[in-house]
Amino acid sequence: MTEPEMNEPEQKKFAELLKQSLSPMKRELDRDLWPKMLQRFDQPPRPRKWLAVLFSPAALSLVPWFDWALLAVLIVGVCLFPRSIPVWLYHF
Amino acid sequence: MELLEQLPELLAQFAAGELDAFETLFRQFQAEVFRWIVRIVRDPAVAEDLTIETFWRIYRARARFQPDRSFGAWARRIATNVALDYLKTARTREEQFAASEFESAPDPRTGNPGIQNPAIRRELRERTQRAFQQLPAQLRAVAALALIEECPHAEIAEALNLSTAAVKSRLFRAVRLLRNKLGNLNTGHG
Repeated sequence: MTEPEMNEPEQKKFAELLKQSLSPMKRELDRDLWPKMLQRFDQPPRPRKWLAVLFSPAALSLVPWFDWALLAVLIVGVCLFPRSIPVWLYHF
Repeated sequence: MELLEQLPELLAQFAAGELDAFETLFRQFQAEVFRWIVRIVRDPAVAEDLTIETFWRIYRARARFQPDRSFGAWARRIATNVALDYLKTARTREEQFAASEFESAPDPRTGNPGIQNPAIRRELRERTQRAFQQLPAQLRAVAALALIEECPHAEIAEALNLSTAAVKSRLFRAVRLLRNKLGNLNTGHG
């Protein structure tokens, strides 16, 4: 007997539970979305998502202060001792 | 729709980038794409936005469309990816929506004879909603389509670009996660 087959009665139980818990909702589209689609065509291209996420304030606020301090030390070190760049590159 | 899919000329025009052909396809398929997305994300307002996003991706990918294949199946697959992207990034917003929806529209099907106390019943519904919304996007989509919407596994597999066995496996994992989160419901309230 496979995993999913073993689980079938339980699946029915949870299906019933979910149906009872999640409220009914509108399922049919009641208006034409073409005007909205045309607006989408007029919008400028969106920035690449990963860039937006990487440099969002929320993401930057997650970086601990000592990482910022380490980055500052690294930048100062590279500025003072440019010949150390190959060493840093080797370690990264 | 059958008739439309038999119009290779229109599909060829769309693949060539003709906006009129795209508009015809949009008007023909927007309701179907909306219905599919709303079954996954369970938020009609969001589903409208995601329908637009789906057709935007369809238009951008028009050069990859093969006019001899089903436009409807292709659109559904893209719509599924758009819905999954949304579920991955908007869990918190979904939770807020579900909470307000729960308050405003009680479901008449909640008449579980084993749970008479309204407060307990309400807690049960809230916990179930939370557990459902905390499922990973892929598992949540499979759970919504298979358990709530009762879609055939083969249909879900095609939309998610998975095998039927993979759909069953994800369904199993989704139910296991729900059970882990709601495990003591029966013993606690029964």
